[in-house]
Amino acid sequence: MAVGRAGGHDGCSSHLVGKIGNLQIMETPPIFDVNGLCYNYDNQIPALEHVSLTVRRGERLVILGSNGSGKSTLLKILDGLYFPNQGSVIAFGRLLTEQAFQEEAFNFEFRRRVSLVFQDSDVQLFMPSVWDELAFAPLQLGLSQEEVKSRVESALRDLQIEKLRQRAPHQLSGGEKKRVALASVLGLSPDVWLLDEPSAGLDPLSTAWLLDFINQQGKAGKTVITATHDLGIVDAIAERVYVLGEDHQGVAEGTPHQVLADKALLISSRLMRP
Amino acid sequence: MDIDHTLEQSLFAEKTARQPGLLQELDPRLKILSALLVLLAVGLSRNLTVIIVLYFLMLALALFSKIPLAFFIKRVWLFITFFTGVIALPALFITPGTVLVYLPLGLVITKTGLATAMFFLLRVGTSVSVAVLLVLTTPWNSVLKSLGVLRIPPVIILILGMTYRYIHLLLHLTNDMFLSRKSRLLRRMKGPEERRLIAATTGTLMNKSLQVSSEVYLAMQSRGFRNYPRTMDTFKMRRIDWLSGVLVVMMVAAAIWLGK
Repeated sequence: MAVGRAGGHDGCSSHLVGKIGNLQIMETPPIFDVNGLCYNYDNQIPALEHVSLTVRRGERLVILGSNGSGKSTLLKILDGLYFPNQGSVIAFGRLLTEQAFQEEAFNFEFRRRVSLVFQDSDVQLFMPSVWDELAFAPLQLGLSQEEVKSRVESALRDLQIEKLRQRAPHQLSGGEKKRVALASVLGLSPDVWLLDEPSAGLDPLSTAWLLDFINQQGKAGKTVITATHDLGIVDAIAERVYVLGEDHQGVAEGTPHQVLADKALLISSRLMRP
Repeated sequence: MDIDHTLEQSLFAEKTARQPGLLQELDPRLKILSALLVLLAVGLSRNLTVIIVLYFLMLALALFSKIPLAFFIKRVWLFITFFTGVIALPALFITPGTVLVYLPLGLVITKTGLATAMFFLLRVGTSVSVAVLLVLTTPWNSVLKSLGVLRIPPVIILILGMTYRYIHLLLHLTNDMFLSRKSRLLRRMKGPEERRLIAATTGTLMNKSLQVSSEVYLAMQSRGFRNYPRTMDTFKMRRIDWLSGVLVVMMVAAAIWLGK
């Protein structure tokens, strides 16, 4: 299996790629188009090297890699928090640059459509109570107070955390924190979910709930990009897997079945013991 | 361990603040303004009886708010004995006036000295009681949000809220660091070794807090933060709040007038 670009056209209209009988197969337009991306911390320590990747609307993609392979950095770049040292990232047909985010309209639209759930829930949950946490994003986007209240209540209901509304983040268990972290962006109803190691530190029951949540989002037509090293969840949440190697480069991509069956690939990517 | 104790105290305060009780039912903004007015009355009063009445009123409010009285009194007076007591003590002996008690080494306690020390201690005791009562009957988050009523800018309130939130995180982290050290320690450490280790722990904690703060900023940006926070509060003044407000104003006015 070789690393391959999954497609590379820009624009927002669907694209006919094939036909099976009377069924037309439409290739959905890319949400993210990453080309030759390089990123170094402090201009010295490489985090990503020549990564190229295309993500399509409604796709459930897993970025698989060992610790330090650059998964979290890639998600932060896709969320417009870091910017490439080299190469480019095009999102919704627009190049992601610091200048682009200076534009109020673009920033609003991008932040409304793309949400990142950080690996460490303690970083994600910075407000003093769960209710305030959930209200933070809708408020920053300038929604009316009534709309904010309605979205917060809806997110509390959807994730079954109504009882936690007045609790402080430090009073929550790991599983509860993860639910609140997801709820904190659910209020925005994003089109694209970026999830960084979502199953890290969760017990089996919470992990099962999380996998259901990810699949529900996928079924609702949302694009879900999950960075993980947990081989146990890949099959349950991915339609496509992109593997980042130890050298911070994309080393393979394919279906979960293809990737998980390739032991040599998993061993060389330090995802499996030789 | 002290860190455990601090965390426990904070959790206890949150628990009492969320239980049903007289003060817990009132609007936090009203409680903040009322607390400031009572502090003003305590500060302006020159009549010891008025201050004593106000102190007992605080005890009664604590009782009706289902705060364990022994805990409440201990929390207030333990602090005062150590800090304010040290400042008030010399006033007993050095203030000139009619002698009440003769002590060894030529020391005397005068009537004026006793009154001055009592005034000082009761003023501080009543003021601290007001503040402790506010914190024990109002979730800290609501206290912070209510600061808006004092025209404190939202960005300052946001920073205070985040500081409170991350102090807990860093306390947990410090606790874990000390416990992990304890579990690996095979012998008692000597003074210099201990100091070196504490310095290293402080450095690690500082690095961790810097790392967390930059990640938190990214998390804020990711959710639309543009360096100016938009906030909202959900408080609503009910009839009972307005009525309580009027009562507080009348009581404070009476205390100031009687205490002249």
